[in-house]
Amino acid sequence: MSDIPDTPQEAELPAVAPHYEGEHPIVVKGVRNAFGDNVVHDNLSLTVNRGEILGVVGGSGTGKSVLLRAIIGLQTPQEGSIEVLGQSITGGRQEGDVDIRSRWGVLFQGGALFSTLTVAENVEVPLKEFYPEIGDALRHEIARYKVMLSGLPEDAAAKYPAELSGGMKKRAGLARALALDPELLFLDEPTAGLDPIGAAAFDGLTRELKETLGLTVFLITHDLDTLYEICDRVAVLADRQVIAVGTIPELIATGHPWIEEYFNGPRGRAARASVERASAGRDPGRREGGM
Amino acid sequence: MREWAQFSAEPSDDGAVTLNLSGPLTVSSIGPIDRELRALGQRVARVDLSGVSEIDTVGAWTAWRIARDNGAEIAGADDRAQRLIDAVKEAKGEGEVAPPRPGVVERVPEAVGELVTGWGTGTVGVVGFLGAVLTSLWYLARHPSKFRGKAMVRQLELVGVSALGIIGLMSFLVGIVIAQQGAVQLEQFGAQIYTINLTGRLAMRELGILMTAIMVAGRSGSAFAAQIGTMRLTEEVDAMRTIGVSPVEALIVPRVLAAVLMMPLLGIYAAIVSIIGGAFISAFALDIPFFTFLSRIQEVVPLTDVWVGMIKAPFFGLIIAMAGCYQGMQVKGNAEEVGLRTTLAVVQAIFMVIVLDAFFAVFFTNVGWG
Repeated sequence: MSDIPDTPQEAELPAVAPHYEGEHPIVVKGVRNAFGDNVVHDNLSLTVNRGEILGVVGGSGTGKSVLLRAIIGLQTPQEGSIEVLGQSITGGRQEGDVDIRSRWGVLFQGGALFSTLTVAENVEVPLKEFYPEIGDALRHEIARYKVMLSGLPEDAAAKYPAELSGGMKKRAGLARALALDPELLFLDEPTAGLDPIGAAAFDGLTRELKETLGLTVFLITHDLDTLYEICDRVAVLADRQVIAVGTIPELIATGHPWIEEYFNGPRGRAARASVERASAGRDPGRREGGM
Repeated sequence: MREWAQFSAEPSDDGAVTLNLSGPLTVSSIGPIDRELRALGQRVARVDLSGVSEIDTVGAWTAWRIARDNGAEIAGADDRAQRLIDAVKEAKGEGEVAPPRPGVVERVPEAVGELVTGWGTGTVGVVGFLGAVLTSLWYLARHPSKFRGKAMVRQLELVGVSALGIIGLMSFLVGIVIAQQGAVQLEQFGAQIYTINLTGRLAMRELGILMTAIMVAGRSGSAFAAQIGTMRLTEEVDAMRTIGVSPVEALIVPRVLAAVLMMPLLGIYAAIVSIIGGAFISAFALDIPFFTFLSRIQEVVPLTDVWVGMIKAPFFGLIIAMAGCYQGMQVKGNAEEVGLRTTLAVVQAIFMVIVLDAFFAVFFTNVGWG
């Protein structure tokens, strides 16, 4: 089922690797994912550029989450190859491979925080797992500043997930995703279920983190504001494939009916209008008026 | 090959040192020098990052923390290092990462106190729960169309039919053990033939029902608690309430009724299979023919023994289902709680069943059904 090594002897890969210097941290080629007779992806290809925020959109059931799961190795595709940070996910282990799980962070849709641990302990889990040589004092400090970096008040670190609101859970999940200073960040619908102000703040945070930490972000979203505000490029999933990748104007220019409807529907127009207003400098609190 | 971060402390004029950090200063390389840096014991006037080949937020934090604690300046930071330092410097990085855990002196009395008050609130809770179930039953008796027949049939299947295999096997083996062990003891005073009385009466009065109750508690009581508990966590129970569906009617009544109805049936089935087990081993080991054993059973086991078993069984079923459903409904918070409550449901159910069985034993003997 899973490509992620679970047994100890399999997990013995060096956790350390030089910074990825290539241009395409994620390369998906000709992937086919099917569940029984239900083919989700067929001959799907997608390349992500280093240092960009790539938004992935598509109607419900087009397999956005399945694609994410395939890229991070939770789901093995029937055909095709996936390379992450220059290392094959699908092709078995090669000489000189390192544990790339220490180099990506994943924010799941519901946060997926470990419910019996506090937020700070959640952040410490990957640190303990990959870098046991880090002392307690430093590890606690790391957990605390990561919590702060994710936009939570520092005293939220000692709280349990059940004590947090939905938006705070997302941020706590982000703190855990950032625990190891990853190069790649996967976000699955980060702004779903957040209020417009919270969503705008999360967008800003994503952009800011991307710039400060030099991240590449793979972002699944339905949120048109997020697409307009922070995504460098957008990939559209439909008909079991990525039908187009590019900036939003480029996508609209393709004239595909679904893309047309998506971006030129009432919500799409509203989101675009708010961005245009903002770029004209008249509406600094742009996001709040957008939805 | 793993490259670690390095540092050197260079003394300057006023007794303070300049700290030169070099190599990669990242989460994967900083572990060892962090300990040494914390144990340094000298005042640092300057943190020099010019020898750093690579830096991430952990490196930036370490440099910043040393600078902050010593009132030192940071030199030689490139753009990236400076940007990262600016990002982390708003954090204090101090304080608890988990709520403080009180010492043993506080924890033990607290646990004892919670246990005692828990009995109180638990009793009130159980009585309230029983009341809710009874009022629902009364309501359903007056409005039979509201009764969820399908859910009930499904529970009958889960509690009863699918347990037949394991309960049958268990009872058969228990019957073999009673007959064989009983025969060994009775043989010593030539009363081997009483093995039939022993097996028949024990199976009908006690063991058939009791073992079945333990098996049902383990199979179905735990399933009730875990299922309802998970539904509580995913807010399904709350969703039911808002739609106007009473969780007691939809979830608990079918389970309780299924357990109450199925326990006598499973109990008598278990008793019969144990007797067959006893007859089976007697045919081989004790030279009592199989059918002689069975026909003797009719003569030596009074009908009251069957009634004793059949009267006890629904009560045991009630206890098991109530414990499972009650504990399931108490789940809140996290996944650990589901496990905890499931364990409690099974332990309480089995314990209560055995206590009640003791009362029944004394009662039936006193009313002359001994």
